[in-house]
Formats: sequence, C-alpha cells, structure tokens
Amino acid sequence: MSFSLVNILGTMPEIYLTFFGCVILILDTMIPSEKRSWLAYFTIASLLFAMIASYGLNGKGLPLYQGLYIIDPFSNFFKMIIYIAAIITILFSLPYLDREDIHIGEYYAFILFSTVGMMVMVSAGDLITLFLGIELMSLCFYVMVGLKRGSHRSVEASFKYFLLGAFSAAIFLFGISFLYGATGTETISGIAAFVANPGSLKPMILLGIVLTLVGFAFKISAAPFHMWTPDVYEGAPTVVTGFMSTASKIAAFGVFLRVFWVSFSADKIDWNILIVILSILSMLVGNLVALRQTNIKRMLAYSSIGHAGYASMALLQPNRESLFALMFYLFVYMFMTLGAFGIVLMLRKSGEEGEEISDLVGLHKRHPVAAFAMLVFMFSLAGIPPFGGFLAKFYVFFAVIHAGYAWLAVVGIIFAAIGAFYYLRIVMLMYMKDPESAVEFKSSSLGRLGLLLTAGMTVFLGVYPTPFVEYIKSSLAIFIP
Amino acid sequence: MSFYVLIPLLPLIGFLITGIFWPYFKGKGHIVTVPLMIASWVLSLRAFSETMSGPSVHLKLFDWIDSGSFHVAISLMVDHLTAIMLVMVTTVSTLVHIYTVGYMKDDSGYDRFFAYISLFTFSMIMLLMSDNLLELFVFWEAVGFCSYILIVHWYERKPSWVAANKAFIMNRIGDFGFMLGILLVYVVFGTLNYSEIFQKLPAHIHDSINLWSAFNGTTHYSVITVIALLLFVGAVGKSAQLPLHPWLPDAMEGPTPISALIHAATMVTAGIFMIVRLNPIYNASAVAMSVVAWTGALTAVVAATIALTQRDIKKIVAYSTMSQLGYMVMACGIGAYGAGIFHLLTHGFFKALLFLGAGSVIHSMSGEQDIFRMGGLSRAMKITFATMMIGSLALSGIPPFAGFYSKDLILSEAFQSGPTGHIFWMIGVLTAMLTAFYTFRLVFVVFLGKENFSEGEHHHGHEGHAPHESPLVMTFPLIFLSFMALTAGWAGNHYDIVGFLSQSMTVPHPTARPELSEDSLKAISVIVGLVGILLAYFLYAKPSTVPQRMAHQFKRLYSLSLNKWFFDEFYDLVFVKPTIFLSFLLWKEVDKGVIDGIVNGVAEFCQTSAASLRRLQTGQLQNYALVMAIGLFGMVSVFLFIR
Repeated sequence: MSFSLVNILGTMPEIYLTFFGCVILILDTMIPSEKRSWLAYFTIASLLFAMIASYGLNGKGLPLYQGLYIIDPFSNFFKMIIYIAAIITILFSLPYLDREDIHIGEYYAFILFSTVGMMVMVSAGDLITLFLGIELMSLCFYVMVGLKRGSHRSVEASFKYFLLGAFSAAIFLFGISFLYGATGTETISGIAAFVANPGSLKPMILLGIVLTLVGFAFKISAAPFHMWTPDVYEGAPTVVTGFMSTASKIAAFGVFLRVFWVSFSADKIDWNILIVILSILSMLVGNLVALRQTNIKRMLAYSSIGHAGYASMALLQPNRESLFALMFYLFVYMFMTLGAFGIVLMLRKSGEEGEEISDLVGLHKRHPVAAFAMLVFMFSLAGIPPFGGFLAKFYVFFAVIHAGYAWLAVVGIIFAAIGAFYYLRIVMLMYMKDPESAVEFKSSSLGRLGLLLTAGMTVFLGVYPTPFVEYIKSSLAIFIP
Repeated sequence: MSFYVLIPLLPLIGFLITGIFWPYFKGKGHIVTVPLMIASWVLSLRAFSETMSGPSVHLKLFDWIDSGSFHVAISLMVDHLTAIMLVMVTTVSTLVHIYTVGYMKDDSGYDRFFAYISLFTFSMIMLLMSDNLLELFVFWEAVGFCSYILIVHWYERKPSWVAANKAFIMNRIGDFGFMLGILLVYVVFGTLNYSEIFQKLPAHIHDSINLWSAFNGTTHYSVITVIALLLFVGAVGKSAQLPLHPWLPDAMEGPTPISALIHAATMVTAGIFMIVRLNPIYNASAVAMSVVAWTGALTAVVAATIALTQRDIKKIVAYSTMSQLGYMVMACGIGAYGAGIFHLLTHGFFKALLFLGAGSVIHSMSGEQDIFRMGGLSRAMKITFATMMIGSLALSGIPPFAGFYSKDLILSEAFQSGPTGHIFWMIGVLTAMLTAFYTFRLVFVVFLGKENFSEGEHHHGHEGHAPHESPLVMTFPLIFLSFMALTAGWAGNHYDIVGFLSQSMTVPHPTARPELSEDSLKAISVIVGLVGILLAYFLYAKPSTVPQRMAHQFKRLYSLSLNKWFFDEFYDLVFVKPTIFLSFLLWKEVDKGVIDGIVNGVAEFCQTSAASLRRLQTGQLQNYALVMAIGLFGMVSVFLFIR
C-alpha cells in the first residue's frame, strides 16, 4: 500500500475550508460583536480561495486514496456551484442575521463545514465516504435550521429535520449494508462490476438500490420523501433555507447521479421505474400543493419539490445529453431559487420577516427594482423564455424525449403549465394590485450585489448561455462510462 | 466588403439611429436619414454603372439557416434587373425623404416617420437584392409591415388604422398563397436559390401534382403551373391586382409621401419584380402566363373606369396606379418582361411625381382632398402645376414624355403576341384613353376653372390661409421627378433598356410579325391619348353641365364606377360579415362556454386536489415518517408486483 502526496494535494480545497472553518471559530471569540461582519468577508475570501484551488485541479481525473475519493471535472463542476451558492448565501446573510438577532460566528463555520460535507459527497468514490459527507452536511444543517433558538418554529423544524434525517440515514445505511453484503465492496466502481452479473444475489442488489434511492430522494426532497421540506423550509432562517434548497439539493443530485449511473447502470430497467414514479409524484405534489400556499417560503418549498421532479427525469438515461441537461438545470435552479429566497428575506414587516404571499402585494409600487428581480425569478422558475429556467426545462424535456420517455415529458410539461399559475400569481400580485400591508424592502449593498448576481445570471443563462454550455460540456468529459 | 453592402446598410443605420434615439431628435430626424439616403443613392448609381460594364455581383453575407439539407444564406445579388430597380427605388426614396422634410413639418411623429421610411427603404433594397425565395419573402413581409406602420402613422384617426388593417390583412391573403408557392418550390426543387431553381427547372417541367389527394381527387396538374399561380397570388396581393386590390385606394389614408414611395413607386411593384425575377418558371407554364395576362388586363381597365368618377385627388391617382400596375402585369403575362420593367421604372418616376404634386396641392389647401373644392390653383402654384402637367402627360402616354415609350412598347408587344394579343392590345388602348381622360379631368378641375373654395372655410384651423406654393424642399423633388418623367422614357428607348434587362432573364421571342406597322400602332395610342385629353378639356376645363347630365343618363354605369364596382360591399357581405359573425359565435359560445368551461374545470380540479393533498401535511412527525415508510414499501413492492 502506497500513499503519495497527490492524495493530499487533490483534497486541498476541502482541507482549506475545514481549516478556515476552525479559524473562524477561534476568531469569533477574539472579535468584538460589532465587528462580526468581518467574519463574513473572511468566509467569502476563504470560499474564493477554495474555488481557485478547485479550479486549479480542474481537468484532472484522479481517484485518490485508493478510489475512496474522486477528483474529476464532474465533481469540480458541482463544487463550483456549491461555492457560488455559499458565497451568495453569505452576501444575503449579513443584515439578515443582525435583524433576526442570530448573528453568531459559528454560523459561518457551519456554512463552511456543510460546504465541505457537500464537496465530500460529490467527490465520493465510496459509499462510506459518501455517507460521511452526507452526515457532515446534515449535522451542520440540523444546527443551522435551529439557529433561531427563540423561535418555536425554528426549533421545531430543526427537531423534525433531525429525526427524519436520522430515519433516512438509517434507511440509506441499511441499503449500503445490503450492497456490501452482496458485493463485498463499497467502492462505486466495484459495485458496478458486480451489478452487471449479480447472479442469485439480484434481490439483495434490488433492495440495496431501493434503499439508497430512498436516502437520496430524502435529500433531494422528492415525493413521497418530501414531507419534511415545507415545515423545515418555513421554520429555518431564510438564508439557511435558501442555502439548503439549493446547495444541499444540488450536491445530493450530483452523488445520486454518480451512484446510479456508475454503480447501477447495468440494472437501469429496474430503477428507471422508480425514478419515473418519484418524478411524477414530485411534480404532482410540488405543483399542486403550491397552488394553495399562503406562505412564500412554503410555496418555494413545494416549488423546489416540483423542480426535484423535473430534474430527476434527467437521471433516466445515462448519456451525455441527460447529464448536460441535468447539470444545466441545477446551475440555473441555483441562481433562480437562491434569488427568490433573497427577495423574501429582505422583506420586513414590523420587525419580522414578510414571508406571507400577501406581503408581496403591490411591491412594484414600493420597490420596482425588487419587484422586477422577483419577476425574473418567478418567470424563470415557471420556465418562461427568455430566462434560464426555460432553457433548463427545454434541455431536460428534450433529453427525456430522446431517452424514449416522450409521454413523461408531456406529463412534465402539463405540470409545468399548472405550476406556472402560482409563479405568475406572485407577479400579478406584485404588479397589478395596490400595496396593503406596511411591508418594507430592506437591502444592503452586499444583498443587492447578491440579487444582481442571481437575477443577472438568470437572465444571462437564458439569453446567452453559450459560455456556460461550453463550460458544462467540458465538465462532462471524463465521467461518462 | 464591397460597397454593395452599404447600399442597404446605410438606410438601416439611419433607421437604427433615428429609431432608437428618436426622443432626442425633436423634429430633426432628417439630419441623419437624408444624408445616409443620398449616400445610398450615389452608391446605387455606382452599382448601376458597374453592372453596365461588368458582370453581375453576388455576395454571400452569412448563412442564415443551416440545418440538415436546408441551407439559406443572406446574400446580396446585383444583376442588371436589380441594378436598374435599385436606381429607381433609391432615387424616389431620396426625393421622398427630402420632400417629407417640408410636408411633415410640425407633425408630432416627424422623427418616427423618418425612421420608418428608412426602414422601408432598407427592406425594399434587400428585397431587390435577395438571391433566394426565403430572403425575398422575409423582406417582402418587411415592406408589408413598413407599409402598415406608415399607413397608420396618424393612428388617432380611425380611417388610418382601418385602412392599415385592411392593407395588412389583404396582403396576408396574398402572402398565404405566396408562402405555399415557396414551400412547393422547396418540395419540388429542394432549394430556394434562384439560379439553382432555374437549373433544375427543365428536369421538372413535366412533373404533375395531385392537389386533391387528401379528398381522393384524381386530377393531376402541372407542378410548374401550380407553383407559378401560387406565387402569383402573392403578387396579386402586393401589386393590388383584382381581386385583392381594395386595400390600395384605402391606403391613401397614410401621409402622401408614403403613397408616393410605397404605394406608387416601390412596394406595389414588388409583385411585378418577383414575376420578372422568376420569369423562367412563368415561361414554362402557358396556363399561368395567360392567367397573369388576363388578371393584369382586367385590373387595368377596371381600375381606369373607377378612376373616372372619383372625387378624392389621391384616390384618383391611386386607381391610376392600380391600372398601370395592371398594365405591367399584363406585359409580364404576354412575356414582355423588359417592357413591363421599363414601364415600372418610368411609372415609378411619374407616379411619384403625381403623388407628390397631389401632396403639394393638399398641403397648400390645408388638408382638402376633394378636387371639386379646389380649382384655379394654377395661378398660385405655378411649379406644382407645371410639374403635375408633365406627370399627367407622361401618364397619358404623350410623346416625348416617359410614359409614351414604355406604354407604347407594352402595347406593341401585346399586339404581336399570339392570337389573344389583339384583345390585350385593344384593352390597353381603351385603358390608355380612359387614363388620359381621368388624368386631365384631375388637372383641369384642380388647376383651371374657377375657385371652388372660399377663404376661411378651410379645415384644420388654417383660416384665411390662401393657397400658396410649397417650399423648395417640396418643389425640388417635383422638379427633379419631372426631369425624370421627361427623359427616362427617351433614355430607356435610346439606350435599349429592354436589351439591357434581357441579360438577366430569358425572354421568349415574339412569333408573329405585326400586321399594322409599328408607326401606325404608335400613332393610334397617341391619338387615343389626345382624344382623352380633349374630352376632359371640353367637359371639365370650363364650367359645364354635361358631366352631370351624362351621369344622369348612364346612371347604372356611373354608380358602378363611383362605387368602385361594389368590391368592398361584396367582400363585406361575403367575407367580413360572416367572419365577424363566426368570431362572435366562437367567442361567445365556444370560447366562453366550452373552452373556458374546460379550463376553469381543470383549474378547479387542481385546486380541490391541492386542498386534499395539503391535508396530508399535518405537521405531525410520526405521520411524516409513516408516509416515508409507505413510500419505501411502495417502492419495494413495485418489484414484487410489477416486475
């Protein structure tokens, strides 16, 4: 057994972020509370630093630590999305945390640690590594969801998330144990070799597939494993909700894809049915229940369930087209969802968050720029051209049609049409009604920068996606079997 | 990049600058567009002189559509036909730009107007320079759109937008046929490029098509004939031929510079240009040729009879335009493409002149358009009178004015063309007489005789404003155009324009020799023109009761002409009313009842099922875990029961 320095070098971004997270914990005790915003800048700087480090590793397909950990363009792409999501989250955080009186240094450390968890997830070459990544990320989120210790809802959400998360983790581990029992290995590529020739152990493999699928479905909040989502999204501080609904979901999608496409690709016929069921149920639940929501955060939670349904359709056929469609979808999804949460967290109503849909009424009259940004996000989420959301849906539906599931694409389009209703209702309320409640829109310069980034990218990705399309296509290279 | 690119590009730049920054121009919209237009005109002259000596130019700008086996490039092609058309279009457009400075002064949409006429000029130039049917079609639609937005320039006035809608919709009917024709061309030839179509034409000349195969029909038609007729439907719409003509007189609701530029000299001639451009296709189908010829001949004579009794100065000129377009179409139908284009060019000059002259009259009468409320204007408007006189003589085909040469060429070509040629010749001669009569009726009533208007009675609040000569920016284009109306015909004849044009088309040679000598043919058409003018002089130059008595005597005929052969009423009854009725039916019953019912029902269903699904979300942790467990068991049982 040999150990080369390359292993350390390849995981430097993760090591940096862990180190900086620890530094923040120490700095927090030394910095006076009114200077705490410096920690935010420090966090952004360390994320940018890790981003550059990851960029330096781009284009290298390296199995590290005897295949336990994989650095390839695919994982690097997901890491980039996660970095950007984390940075935008911090941009939104600063005044919000102060206003909610939860501005503590640990928050930044948790953001960094959860980021490391997600990075481990998307780079995992082994189911145990993967499980460690998932748990690292989840533990951080359990804490962050309950950050508002004074708030009944926040604590309840944290507790629910923790219990259900533990439940799903148990199911997931159970699945891993089946797979290990059948194959005798835990590496993703090792399992793949066995799944191609399972022999009499096929039922064990199938059980392992179903159980791991449930674990992933929980993380991407696909129905029927979505029940936690609305409660947790509503109860958590809105910055955390934004981060959770984008970065953690995207990381889960990345690893979901890698495990299913590499390990289980030989058994595609079997798990394709499950994915179809998952995606139809998610689109159904997400789009229908969102119609009746009065709370924006709950509505966005259901919207994210629906989007999990659209995106998981791209998992059906392991080929370059589907992979590209999924990656583009997640990339756009990150900007538009994060931006929508960004608008929500800047709405203030007599010292509290303005998170009711009625609080958005007439926003156009009071703050036209914010209303326009929200319009961009809503149109994009609804999949209306020329915004990024349209192209994302377009690519996914096309990939699904080419995978031979034209009927599923039709179902998806029908649900997208139903879903357009509640997005457009928000736009209608903002633009066509006069303001009623005394809601203010409070933004800081960093928050405005975050909105500019998200809204700008949402438009840019719809109008001129070519540079990103090129980038994503270059990330497809090594991964595909 | 050669200078050819600049010919369309300069007006486009003018449009972009004026169009984007129009709020900043504040009535100075001409300072950008007019110089650019003059530059484009100079370059067109250069293009013309280069094609005189050299070969035609073909520039591929970029691939527009490149998908599978379907390739369309945006190209510029300048051959003899295009070059000579370019000269006419840019000349008239430049003069109209200059004229507009005076005519539209103080109009609130002054800068917008300049932006749009530059856009129109760009589109028209691209239409002429296109080298394939799709590019032609795009700019064919673009000029139609420009025509629409320019007719509706005074959009607060109901007649304007009604007329604009009418023009747009009627053209759409023609364009539908045109589009089908283009599709059929692609199906048959596999390409839309002119030269490739012409190359492949001989191989498909005997192809037939079963048009009614969907209805189990068995009759087969020649594919070339079907293509030629479908494309001709587009020309019928665009060039205001029977039966798609009523939009053209109504389009006179637009500002007069537009009437001169779009509805006399350029856009309406696009149909004729298209036929000439695609002449190999038409030559290959005798049926299509005779349809074209008869359509043109009928349009010529019908429009001329309508023009006899109209009172609106612009409508008279508009019907005259329609009649002359009929002449050109007829010329194409008998294979005299060169003569048709020659007439198109001379007509472009003298008809633009007549329109701009009419505009000058309207301008000085503060918006009055009824010729019987004018009279005696020759004293106040000497330049307008003289130039209108030249234009009218040219239109009436009196030598040595331009119309004489081109019209005479069409008539003698008609006379020589086969057995039906004599009929076309007679129709042409009759139309020539009617033309001379109504043209000089206009001139005599407006400029001679007694003044039929009283001071202070004028509209638009210009009280006490006597008729006056228009400013130099308006009279200069008139003088320039009269010069062209004087010389263009002679020049075209002298320098053998038909021979020049024949280099870019395949012209069938006349078979029969004329029975009458050429000179006597010429004499007949001149005499006929003079008779028309004399008749008009006796009836209208001095106050007379003869016209009224004649109108009374031939009541039926008079009312047929006055009411424009009841085309509008007929269309209203047969198409417009039933369509509106059907729309109401569809709206009230089908849309409000059935469609809305389905839509609202679906929405209701979604809302109720959402409400019941939402009830699942209890907030109870154990329920959530239960749903997860059920989901898990469901997933496992998929394998138990389905697989």
